Amino acid sequence: MNSEYLVLFFLLGVVLVGGAIVFSMFVSPKSTNFAKSEPYECGIPVKSNAWIQFNVGYYLFAIIYLVFDVETVFIFPWGVVMRDMGMTAFIEILIFFFILVTGLLYAWKKGALKWV
Amino acid sequence: MDFNIYDFTSFTKWVDNALNSSMSPLLAIIIELIIIGLVFLLFYAIVGLLLVYAERKVCAVIQNRYGPNRVGPFGIFQTIADLIKLLMKELINIKHADNFLFNLAPFIVIIASFMAIAALPFAKGLQAIDFNIGIFYLFAVSSLGVIGILLAGWSSNSKYSLIGAIRSGAQVISYELSVGLSLLAIVVFAGTMQLSGIIESQADGWWIIKGHFPALVAFVIFLIASTAETNRGPFDLAEAESELTAGFHTEYSGIKFAFFFLAEYMNMFIVASIAATMFLGGWMPFHIAGWDGMNAIMDYVPPIVWFFGKTIFVILMMMWFKWTFPRLRIDQLLNLEWKYLLPLNLMNIVLVAFIVLMGWYIK
Repeated sequence: MNSEYLVLFFLLGVVLVGGAIVFSMFVSPKSTNFAKSEPYECGIPVKSNAWIQFNVGYYLFAIIYLVFDVETVFIFPWGVVMRDMGMTAFIEILIFFFILVTGLLYAWKKGALKWV
Repeated sequence: MDFNIYDFTSFTKWVDNALNSSMSPLLAIIIELIIIGLVFLLFYAIVGLLLVYAERKVCAVIQNRYGPNRVGPFGIFQTIADLIKLLMKELINIKHADNFLFNLAPFIVIIASFMAIAALPFAKGLQAIDFNIGIFYLFAVSSLGVIGILLAGWSSNSKYSLIGAIRSGAQVISYELSVGLSLLAIVVFAGTMQLSGIIESQADGWWIIKGHFPALVAFVIFLIASTAETNRGPFDLAEAESELTAGFHTEYSGIKFAFFFLAEYMNMFIVASIAATMFLGGWMPFHIAGWDGMNAIMDYVPPIVWFFGKTIFVILMMMWFKWTFPRLRIDQLLNLEWKYLLPLNLMNIVLVAFIVLMGWYIK
């Protein structure tokens, strides 16, 4: 099996969802009225659009995540060669984690991890 | 034909040869693709339906209720009846919604879970694609589903959906770090990212036993983080029904809603089988060195039974979490990840590296 066969699995997802939705369109009943297509808001008339500004806290966590996730991707190749490299790899990961943890502590101290 | 329940390599080779000898190579490949596609489609649907039923029964047992018991014996056809009902329901279009993204979102969540299933090793020789970066690929693909959730929440133009989706985004990306780092512990032990290689390295003992303390810590962290990554209780803030109605899929109806539901259960299956493969030895039987009699009995159980047994064990544990712990608040959730699990995980990786360096694990 080759990795080109991944296309098959992509298509399986498309076929399953697409097929079911098309089938459902044919068999399902259809009726329209004014209130039905309103977004749900506890039964009261909708006040305004939902595309609004929201808490900046989510954005801060996303930024910190971006840094750490790139680091995780870098560490994976290290994990594979760790056993063969021995002492060199161990010292390198200590240096790497020292820098990483310093970054985490800085963010922590600055209050980026505090929910507002 | 030599069908062997313990090793599927010869069986798949036999099918391949039989098809290639009787028709042109192109046609053979097309027929193979169709067979694999149908098998996986059927497998996906059956596992999804069974998990939904299992969840309702387990929940009922934990809460001292009966659960579904009307459709068929012990209610086993309940989920099929639900599926037919959902297929017959009207697909409602929401006013002012972003229609393209609204319809795209179910595709993304389902495709992400299909791509992940492609790399799972069910038994020896029974793995669709054996990447040399297998676990890294799984880690990458299984987190793609959150894009579907974010799109679903944002595009439906409802305040509940938006809040649910943004929460889910923050939660999933945060816990992804812990998932990755806890899997890294096993990658360091095994020295490879290929899933078949990781399983072969557990032939004489599972990593959770061979890797003793750090592997156990990594396993516990993985369980917590993967429960959060699949948006399941006690971390189901994305669809906290007491505050957000249904979270990101509030506006979805009929079969589109069913796909979000199905994807959630398939993601649970995927993370449970990753846990089984990495920590609990995949399809390798349980062996104790020296106990030849017991090892022989364990060898007698087919690998596919071992794999599904371990996966079901992890799934039942995740269901047990969901129905016994109260839901966390968003700030508690993010604190748990960034202030406890992440530093613990980094320390654990250093410990793993040290133990591998000194050779202090059971070889």
